[in-house]
Amino acid sequence: MLTKRIIPCLDVKDGRTVKGVNFVDLRDAGDPVALAERYTQEGADELVFLDISATEQKRKTLAALVLKVAAALDIPFTVGGGISSVADAKTLLRNGADKVSINSAAVRRPALINELAEAFGRQCVVVAIDAKKIEDQWRVHLVGGKVPTDIDLFEWAQEAEARGAGELLFTSMDHDGTKNGFANIALSKLSEVVNISIIASGGAGNISHFADSFTLGKADAALAASVFHFGEIAIPKLKSKLKEKNIGIRITS
Amino acid sequence: MKTVIIDYDAGNVKSLEFALERLGVSTEITDDSTKIAAAEKVIFPGQGEAASAMNKLRSKGLDVLIPQLKQPVLGICLGMQLLCELTEEGDTTALGILPLKVRRFPNTVKVPHMGWNQIKHHQKGIFKGITQNCYMYLVHSYYVPLNNATVAQSDYSCRYSVAVEKDNFYGVQFHPEKSSKDGQKLLENFLNF
Repeated sequence: MLTKRIIPCLDVKDGRTVKGVNFVDLRDAGDPVALAERYTQEGADELVFLDISATEQKRKTLAALVLKVAAALDIPFTVGGGISSVADAKTLLRNGADKVSINSAAVRRPALINELAEAFGRQCVVVAIDAKKIEDQWRVHLVGGKVPTDIDLFEWAQEAEARGAGELLFTSMDHDGTKNGFANIALSKLSEVVNISIIASGGAGNISHFADSFTLGKADAALAASVFHFGEIAIPKLKSKLKEKNIGIRITS
Repeated sequence: MKTVIIDYDAGNVKSLEFALERLGVSTEITDDSTKIAAAEKVIFPGQGEAASAMNKLRSKGLDVLIPQLKQPVLGICLGMQLLCELTEEGDTTALGILPLKVRRFPNTVKVPHMGWNQIKHHQKGIFKGITQNCYMYLVHSYYVPLNNATVAQSDYSCRYSVAVEKDNFYGVQFHPEKSSKDGQKLLENFLNF
């Protein structure tokens, strides 16, 4: 059985993780490589690194970081943040990233999805979508949720798939940071309108929320940051509880 | 040079190189037929699209060389699919080492098949010492049907082949370099042949 994936997300700025982490036995909690190794040992199925610095000079720092992560990591990882061309993506993939995630740049210039899929194959193109429900319509937002658009989430998801996205990372801005659970109704509708895998993001607060994202939300993977970074949910416990609920999960020995 | 990775612009070979490095093996990534022919072990990686991959192999004469190799050869992902005769991806003629046709997953399941799936294997050779029903990381839209050379299978819309073995040729659909400890063990087994 194809298992559901648990994906910790690390926000990176200038080559360091930000948003703080709270692991007592990590000598340097800001070091993304140490954190990535820790999550890998705990049984994370995949990792996402989001670069929130994303200026020209800092992109070189990111490429160097990707290389260090690839050297240490034996599970897949995605890198996102400020990628707006085939050349940007190529640098990261050549340094060992498995997938790249694009967001605002894809909305501004949708052909970027086609270009990346043609250059590297759709399996490494993740289209991240931030959306918020406004008057009964899920509207896509840009620049980390700061800029609203008239674009409909489900229409954009279908267009992204048609253009060559291999996976969607959907963040509900209404749920993000609330710790009240994922946007399961929108998630399950996404699964109906596209035929690529969907990563649920935004709202994880407890173990049941993850279970619900897979059963009610039909998500293929669930992503979270703070609940993992602050040790509120330990990945081994999360995975064994999900398994108890008969959800297909990879348990590592 | 003992172990070479065939270079045909097949996407992420860096991870593979690092995985082998963690096993203490230094590798060379090359498209030079002399070096490939002289290597002790050959790894044929893959990611990307079948037709353009075959074009790149042809432009270097590697479509002729690879089937003639006598040392252990490990095809990974698209590298395994290209060991077959044909693939539905772009209706491409591949290397023909295995008389099989690679098929696309039906739309009754999400395509690409992406994530960790359970693997039932023959517990020998490249799978020696690896737990039965282990998990490996897969990402692919096309699959090799079950056949005489199948040594491991998984389930996605149907049971299909995730590892094949014929003479000195081995193929795995999953990415051992991305499949944690079990994947590392598989690479180690191959290097020990």
